Amino acid sequence: MSRLSSEADAPTEASGEELAPVDPTRQAVVDVLRDALGAEHVLDEVIEGNDVWVRVAPTVWREAANVARAALGMTYFCFLSAIDWKQNPELGGQKLWDPDADAGEGPSDGPGAWTTGKAGGDTRFQVVCRLYNVTTHVGLTLKADAGDDNPRIDSLVPLFRGADWHERETWEMYGIDFEGHPGLRHLYLPTEFEGYPLRKDFPLLAREVKPWPGLVNVEGLPGEEAGDTDESAEGGES
Amino acid sequence: MTVTDYQKAAYVAGQAADARINFELEAEGMTLNMGPQHPATHGTLRIILRLDGEQVVWAEPVCGYMHRGYEKLCEVRDYAQVTTLINRIDWLGSFCNEVPFVLAAERLMGIEAPPRAQWIRTILFEMGRIANVGLFLGEMGAQLGALTPVFYAFRDREYVLNLIEGATGGRFHPNFDRIGGLKDDLPKGWIDEAKGAMRRLRDFCDEMDDLLVGNRIFQERTRGIGVIPLDVALEYGLSGANIRSSGLDWDLRRDGDHGLPYNELDWKVWTHPDGDSFARYWVRLQETREATKIVDQLLDGLPSGPIKAKTPARIRVPKGEVWLHTENPLGEMGYYVVSDGSPGGPFRCKIRTPSFSNVSISSWLLRGVYVPDVITILASLYFILGDIDR
Repeated sequence: MSRLSSEADAPTEASGEELAPVDPTRQAVVDVLRDALGAEHVLDEVIEGNDVWVRVAPTVWREAANVARAALGMTYFCFLSAIDWKQNPELGGQKLWDPDADAGEGPSDGPGAWTTGKAGGDTRFQVVCRLYNVTTHVGLTLKADAGDDNPRIDSLVPLFRGADWHERETWEMYGIDFEGHPGLRHLYLPTEFEGYPLRKDFPLLAREVKPWPGLVNVEGLPGEEAGDTDESAEGGES
Repeated sequence: MTVTDYQKAAYVAGQAADARINFELEAEGMTLNMGPQHPATHGTLRIILRLDGEQVVWAEPVCGYMHRGYEKLCEVRDYAQVTTLINRIDWLGSFCNEVPFVLAAERLMGIEAPPRAQWIRTILFEMGRIANVGLFLGEMGAQLGALTPVFYAFRDREYVLNLIEGATGGRFHPNFDRIGGLKDDLPKGWIDEAKGAMRRLRDFCDEMDDLLVGNRIFQERTRGIGVIPLDVALEYGLSGANIRSSGLDWDLRRDGDHGLPYNELDWKVWTHPDGDSFARYWVRLQETREATKIVDQLLDGLPSGPIKAKTPARIRVPKGEVWLHTENPLGEMGYYVVSDGSPGGPFRCKIRTPSFSNVSISSWLLRGVYVPDVITILASLYFILGDIDR
């Protein structure tokens, strides 16, 4: 079963996925998590291709990783990061940041202002963690909602020591507080740096000075509608 | 001769100062900054070492001197432009950075490159591996004081770089991969030249075998130094040759879900049970030799046909999320790409780089080792700063 939370895409996606056969290996991963955490804590799951996404309740974030490690043998810690689901048309579609249009909170704030991807999501910030089993070669993408204004989630450092740097990076880039982390310090940025650069409302100042010259590439080619196929894609790449 | 009071006081003060220094050295230890400009750091990594005599009691790597914010920049460029950026992540094997991203975008769009494109991609991918790891094979000697191997490595790496330049036009940053295939086909006569170069590189591997692996000084300086047990390696997310030298038989070229034609070839995944610096060198040496054999087989079996699938002139990636990883020269590299369906670039592009995880183990690994071994361990972990800092 698969769901995309965007209303526009949902009907076609759902009808297409119903016909696809269920992958027994990945379904087993979801079943183990559901049994161990309780069905009410596994909020959504998507099995697509050779991959599985599971969104768990933020209260069982560490427990879910522990189940994956102990019961599913996913001892390899691949990465941990976050996604800011806030839509920022200035940065997302047009690729041009207009300082005047961004005065105040902007039009894209408030509930419903963000879309969410695989396995849905309720809040602006979402934490993503990838674990992998090196003998059966089955991977799992765990997701959990971290909140809107003061995002926080449990730290995975007690389970995987390697989560240390990943959580420090996520903290400095998104401002997500990891409770139980031994020392959240800046990893890349200077100690006195203010702001969280990977948040969607953090402006890329280079755009203010000079619009991106590559902007021309996202405009249509002359006499051509979007979706036309062309033998050569060179026009869009120079 | 009488001693004045002043001289007495000066003597006592001097003794006290010496005692204080000795106390610092013995009890509190000395803090030593290694880097950010140390040659063993392949760029600008600074390591703060707290020493007790010659022994490290605490170590902390400090990165970020080369942070370029690629994950943010990916969000404001379109898919075709992103490959230019990500070429600069691991600058010794640049082509290898492009492949997982392009494969991820292709998977989101539901298109697949024609077989010839996939095979040429794999050839250039393995050549990137040889160009990258080949330099390590010499560099490791230079870190330990043997200067000859590094000159051999630079000399023989030229053969591969010339081939990459011949096919793509760029020696270091090819930017040759396109969504749906490749920019161009291989030039005339390239295949014969490549076969000659692969023979030359196998000779280079034999030379390294003679110069370093069989060298008693090299063995004494690397055997048993920086041992990483497998469970710790997994916890820190080590990948590539670093984890294969801890005894794990796992190679994404064989086990990964990426669609490159590795499983149609006859090759071997090399592992070593020891987990020390010597094992890491040895595994990389075998892998380079194996890579030349992989390239030979790919050149022999290269299918004919088009090199580019039909794609829209304007790349529009549908809404979706995908994780795709490949076995890069330094380890597992992957892209977590989120597309919101807009005509622009990725909504979010998480770049999982191998060196980031490989270096995060160093504060655990350097505890208790002696100062000269710090260099051995860092050199054998083999990281590239662009790959840590992104």
